[in-house]
Amino acid sequence: MNFDIAFGQYCEGNSILHRLDPRAKIISALIFIVDIFIAKSVWAFLLLTVFSLMTAAASRIKARVILKGLRPIIFIMVFTGIVNIFWFKGERLLVDFWFIHIYLEGIINALLIMLRVILLLMGTSVILTYTTTPLSLTDGLEQLLSPLSKIKVPVHEFSLMMTIALRFIPTLVEETTKIMNAQKARGADFSEGSLVKRAKALVPILVPLFASAIRRADELAVAMECRCYRGGVGKTKMNVLKASLSDAACVLVFILLGVAVVLINKFASGFRIGI
Amino acid sequence: MVRAEGRATPENKNGNENEYIAEFRDVTFVYNKGVTYETKAVDSVNLKIRRGLITGIIGATGSGKSTLIQMLNGLIKPDSGEVLIDSENILSKDVKLKKIRFKVGLVMQYPEYQLFDETVESDIAFGPRNMGLSEEEIKRRVESGARFAGLDFSLLKKSPFDLSGGQKRRAAIAGVMAMEPELLVLDEPAAGLDPAARREILGKIRDYRKERGTSVVMVSHSMEDMARYCDRIVVMNQGRVCMDDTPPKVFGSSEELFSAGLDVPGITKVAYELQKLGIDIGRDIYTVKYAADMLCEKYGLKASAENF
Ligand SMILES: Nc1ncnc2c1ncn2[C@@H]1O[C@H](COP(=O)(O)OP(=O)(O)O)[C@@H](O)[C@H]1O
Ligand SMILES: [Mg+2]
Repeated sequence: MNFDIAFGQYCEGNSILHRLDPRAKIISALIFIVDIFIAKSVWAFLLLTVFSLMTAAASRIKARVILKGLRPIIFIMVFTGIVNIFWFKGERLLVDFWFIHIYLEGIINALLIMLRVILLLMGTSVILTYTTTPLSLTDGLEQLLSPLSKIKVPVHEFSLMMTIALRFIPTLVEETTKIMNAQKARGADFSEGSLVKRAKALVPILVPLFASAIRRADELAVAMECRCYRGGVGKTKMNVLKASLSDAACVLVFILLGVAVVLINKFASGFRIGI
Repeated sequence: MVRAEGRATPENKNGNENEYIAEFRDVTFVYNKGVTYETKAVDSVNLKIRRGLITGIIGATGSGKSTLIQMLNGLIKPDSGEVLIDSENILSKDVKLKKIRFKVGLVMQYPEYQLFDETVESDIAFGPRNMGLSEEEIKRRVESGARFAGLDFSLLKKSPFDLSGGQKRRAAIAGVMAMEPELLVLDEPAAGLDPAARREILGKIRDYRKERGTSVVMVSHSMEDMARYCDRIVVMNQGRVCMDDTPPKVFGSSEELFSAGLDVPGITKVAYELQKLGIDIGRDIYTVKYAADMLCEKYGLKASAENF
């Protein structure tokens, strides 16, 4: 099996994006998502595309890595695209055959929808996951959400859970590969037979995997207690986050991008996305 | 045992192709190819594994031992080069990997974490069942596997999760032995066990080889274990094979071992020190028994070191 978890994986680097405060990046990413969803005009999409490409270039991440990250969504993208082509009713009819009516506008609309998905994934992964270590990501999230702890939301516990989960994803992937290899060495077959048979073939993987996850959790709990972990109360940080001018500038840029998108939507002519 | 008949034994060395059960031909493997963290784990390895012998593979951590042996049953496919089992390239299209996996039984590192079934018995039966054997044959094999691995029959009905660490390890080894492979490959079978359990498991592997005539490949970084149980020793250093010889030859070349990040057995060091003190019993000493015999011989003593 191929565990392709390129999406959501940190890429080592030292670009401007890598150095920004995680809180600024989280906020910027959220604003960027809003920017994408309020975009209606093709020209707004053009602006967003250019902007995304510039961001990607600024991150200094290899194009190949970014493209690889898009691979998991190709199917969904093509599927929604095709469905949209058939459903959309426009003015310029291209194909008129039995019950199939394809309009030029439908094709453009489908392309824009696909573009939107690409921008969404590419933008957020370049701003956040590729350029921010999971640890500083959760750290930033914890700080952003910390006001909620005033109303008894266990923010620290959530962020700890997330940190641990992120920390153990690669470990579990590695473990799964190992266990699968061990069972394959005993003649297990995961790719042949009926659905029921294949589901049954997973038992020899899942049982040891759960057993080891529980064992690891247990060990971790003991290790944390040995180091006197007592929850988040009164805990100080080794790396205190400090927002700088460039962080504020980053957020501002994404807000301005949104403003530009709104203005283009309002004043530019041309095609508008249907959904 | 009847099944062992007709197999080549160590005594029956007839310099033909049959002498080797497995062969690596210029094999290279790189982890994470094309990504930032590229690691050349196995680097143009040429190696022949002799039939009917116990071949030990030693090397520092990260020298590529585990990667190399996982190629023997096609779990890892080399980036370049060929892997041959019984002179047959296992990666050619008309070879079924599943068949190879029954022929080459692989026990991975820390195999006790792969046990999954409700009882030890059914866990050991997993391999034989995948081979499509009859229930009687499966039963016979589970019992012989358990016997060879030194697993008490009273444990067979227990849950594998209720066994001790050493017992789990044995159950996992029994699961592969029950497949009665022609080549048994073990990745650090004794790692992390206490000395008594270590000796017992390694002794069991040797007995299994003796009784069934199976060829064995065993990875370890314990010099003492290797010296004691292996007929041939392969030394790996940074993905390359840097020595492939008999134990006396390998442990006699201490400089090469040191440069591979390894050590010589404790008793070999004793022999070096003795040599410095003027008591020369040679430098190719690698077991306590041999050292004792040599010392007795030198001083004309009769007492034999049976206890080592
Ligand atoms: N799954 C893996 N992914 C990436 N690198 C690996 C993986 N397994 C092993 N390596 C690397 O390959 C090299 C050889 O590893 P390995 O074969 O496990 O050595 P050994 O068994 O001798 O300790 C090491 O540098 C190790 O870090
Ligand atoms: Mg290893």
